[in-house]
Amino acid sequence: MRVRAGYARVVAVPTTDNVWRERDTEPPAIEAAIRALERDRHREDPGYVHARVLNMVVLVDREWSGEIANRLGRVGRFHPSRLIVCAIDPGRRVVDALVSVAAPAEVREGETVATRETVVLDIGARHVAGLETIVGPLVKTDVPTLVWAPHGHHDAVRRLMGLAQVMLVDSVEDPDAGTALRRARGLSEETYVVDLAWLRTTPWRERIAGTFDPANRRCELSTLTRLQVRHHPDSRAAALLLTGWLASRLGWEPSPLVSGADGLQASLHAQRQDVAVHLAADPSQTVPGLSGITVDTASGETLALDRGRGGLHATIAGPGAPTQDWTLLGASRGESGVLGEGIRQALLRDPTYLPALRAAEILAR
Amino acid sequence: MTAEGAPAPGENPLVEGLERLPVPPTVLVIFGATGDLSKRKLLPALYNLAHEGALPERFHLVGSSRSHLSDDDFRREAADAVREFSRRPPDETVLEALLRSVRWVSGGFDDPATYEALGTTLDDLDAETGRVALNRAFYLSTAPGFFPVIVEHLGRRGLHECEGSGAGTRIIIEKPFGSTLASAVDLNERVLSVFSESQVFRIDHYLGKETVQNMLAFRFANRMFEPVWNRDHIASVQITAAEDIGIGSRAGYYDSSGALRDLVQNHLLQLLCLLCMEPPIDLGADQVRNEKVKVLKAIRPPTPDEVDAMAVRGQYAAGTAGGEPVPGYREEDGVADGSTTETFAALRLEVRNWRWAGVPFYLRTGKRLARKVTEIAVTLKPVPHMAFDDPSHPALPPNQLVMTIQPDEGVSLSLGAKIPGTRMQIRPVQMEFQYGAAFVSQSPEAYERLILDAMRGDATLFTRNDEAEAQWRICDPIIARWGAPSSTDRVPHYAAGSQGPAAADALLRDGDSWRRI
Repeated sequence: MRVRAGYARVVAVPTTDNVWRERDTEPPAIEAAIRALERDRHREDPGYVHARVLNMVVLVDREWSGEIANRLGRVGRFHPSRLIVCAIDPGRRVVDALVSVAAPAEVREGETVATRETVVLDIGARHVAGLETIVGPLVKTDVPTLVWAPHGHHDAVRRLMGLAQVMLVDSVEDPDAGTALRRARGLSEETYVVDLAWLRTTPWRERIAGTFDPANRRCELSTLTRLQVRHHPDSRAAALLLTGWLASRLGWEPSPLVSGADGLQASLHAQRQDVAVHLAADPSQTVPGLSGITVDTASGETLALDRGRGGLHATIAGPGAPTQDWTLLGASRGESGVLGEGIRQALLRDPTYLPALRAAEILAR
Repeated sequence: MTAEGAPAPGENPLVEGLERLPVPPTVLVIFGATGDLSKRKLLPALYNLAHEGALPERFHLVGSSRSHLSDDDFRREAADAVREFSRRPPDETVLEALLRSVRWVSGGFDDPATYEALGTTLDDLDAETGRVALNRAFYLSTAPGFFPVIVEHLGRRGLHECEGSGAGTRIIIEKPFGSTLASAVDLNERVLSVFSESQVFRIDHYLGKETVQNMLAFRFANRMFEPVWNRDHIASVQITAAEDIGIGSRAGYYDSSGALRDLVQNHLLQLLCLLCMEPPIDLGADQVRNEKVKVLKAIRPPTPDEVDAMAVRGQYAAGTAGGEPVPGYREEDGVADGSTTETFAALRLEVRNWRWAGVPFYLRTGKRLARKVTEIAVTLKPVPHMAFDDPSHPALPPNQLVMTIQPDEGVSLSLGAKIPGTRMQIRPVQMEFQYGAAFVSQSPEAYERLILDAMRGDATLFTRNDEAEAQWRICDPIIARWGAPSSTDRVPHYAAGSQGPAAADALLRDGDSWRRI
């Protein structure tokens, strides 16, 4: 059967899905169906090749699976080779499966295009205890497996730890930042963690690193006296991670931040001086993540970065020179871009995340 | 620096773990900024770098040419070029921010006043930026004849260095770098009389392609290939860069250049170097380039008498492409009547060193061939004894490793495998690796990588002076022979849409054959 759209939808590129579905089914039948659909695709056109990059297993509440499908449909080229969605409906007794192998509707002569395989499993709470025996036979061998559970399902996640090389989390999703960071840290002891909250800080980290990179400015990194991080009211975890990153990279001694009238604050010990840290919620920020950063140096200079049109808006002010402002060019990735980046990062390793996470966890205590 | 301690003086511990390393604050001056290369490649590349947040935090763009434009005119032309040629639809807010502060300097490249105006513009930008020193990068995207002229004027006006500010100055020179060995030596001397070699970035955009760079990874990150990567196991190598199109609107350049200068002297010899070089100690610019130069020096240029036996040229005649009749080269707009410029060149070279002695390297390029493909095919020697000989079945061809650079980037290895059935019959099968099926990331355009590297001062993917000269040293005798009055009327023709001139078969050693294009 050939249909359009679904989990494997690609924006702006017309695709067709070859589909198989079965009620009350089992992994061997599902796996055989994937192979049969791939063979069919190759017969249709030798230009269709099946990708071997990444498995992604998504654990979702059945009733919210449409919303997750929409999010995954917008990640563009950063899609997994095989997506396995486990839609959990507590009362369900049997496993139903829908398999689709999607590809662009047209392939030019001599061109090869990768297909996108999607398996949607409707399962019940009773299947969670043996979830690894359902999902395990369905992942492509010899490529990494990324697990994402945007609706919690911690028991199900635990069952899949043996086959997951990477866990995707979003620490801003938890109402309590400290709990989210502790959980990410716990997962990091067992597997590699990609945290979307961390990825939302990437442009900010790159720009701070860039600002102090010219040879004549590097010495100022050890003279920072104040850091203010402004964030979406629900994105305190991202602000903590950015602060934890600076603390871990610059040798600041992390200590718990104290709640005040306008956010969290503390004075962290650096080698030469203390650094006044202030995390402030910004109600005007409408998307998850950070809205601005300000750092002061011992020489009295203040650098501020804020969201703006066409990139981050930078302002630098200090004694003896007029205030300057400019734009740090860069397009907003949007939430779909952040999720796509999370999938891409599953194939990479960032050695600075775990030290930043450890420091952030202490700051959040 | 450790994460636990304070940063050591002079270190920036914040860059660790970042995929995009900071690029020094830079003002980029493009000479020939409204030309074809600038519009199709450079300006879209700058936009895409801006889109991804990869440009320096302080970045200014200055365009220059004889065109009398205002800053606003240039802004409009640049925006139109990005909208037409960018690999992604532009985000208008980023595009507007990128072009907000562009400057235009009108003037002839041989007019000192142009450089006075440019110097004033650069000084103004320095003053505006204030706290940080702006590096200067001059991109020569002009006709090659202007390269030495611009370099010398930059030197005379003192723009080749940023005295006292601590900023660096770089010059990026497009190909072709010379048209003969003598002209390349002369150009090098003139460039290096103003700039030091470390400031010079000679572009060969093939080196910016992901798959070309991946040849280094393929050879030096995998244990399985090195043991067979030598004359004991490799029978021959073919490097092909075939195009199915004609010369389009490039007649002015192409008719005075030809296939040998256009592709063999630079791109194909670069591919040969990457295929043949010894493992470098690391990927530092000079470590890699030292090894490449050794390969080029191991190729003995032909004597005039040897040229005909190791090089074949051709010119396309009228033929058929995609089922439609197409004109021959001499009928193309802008091509001189009776032109003898070659649109096809094939060479057989030998790398005379311990590793490669005796292995023929066949290089081939051409316009209006059957198909567009750039590939390297490495043919291994046959097994010493074939136990499966079956007179009723064609002989099993030896293993062949094919690295395709375009259109579909990938690697394919032919292997012998048993045909299902009761008899032991073997036939070749393909083990395929497709880049598009193995990575989720999209490859950046070559120019994006190269512009960024030049601004960062990393010359690994650029051609060094001795490398450029060594490339010309190989091609020069062929150019001289083909240009000699006695041989200009002997250019074989091949039908457009075909495999090239049959005369190319004469280059092949016993048992070798050209791969079908």
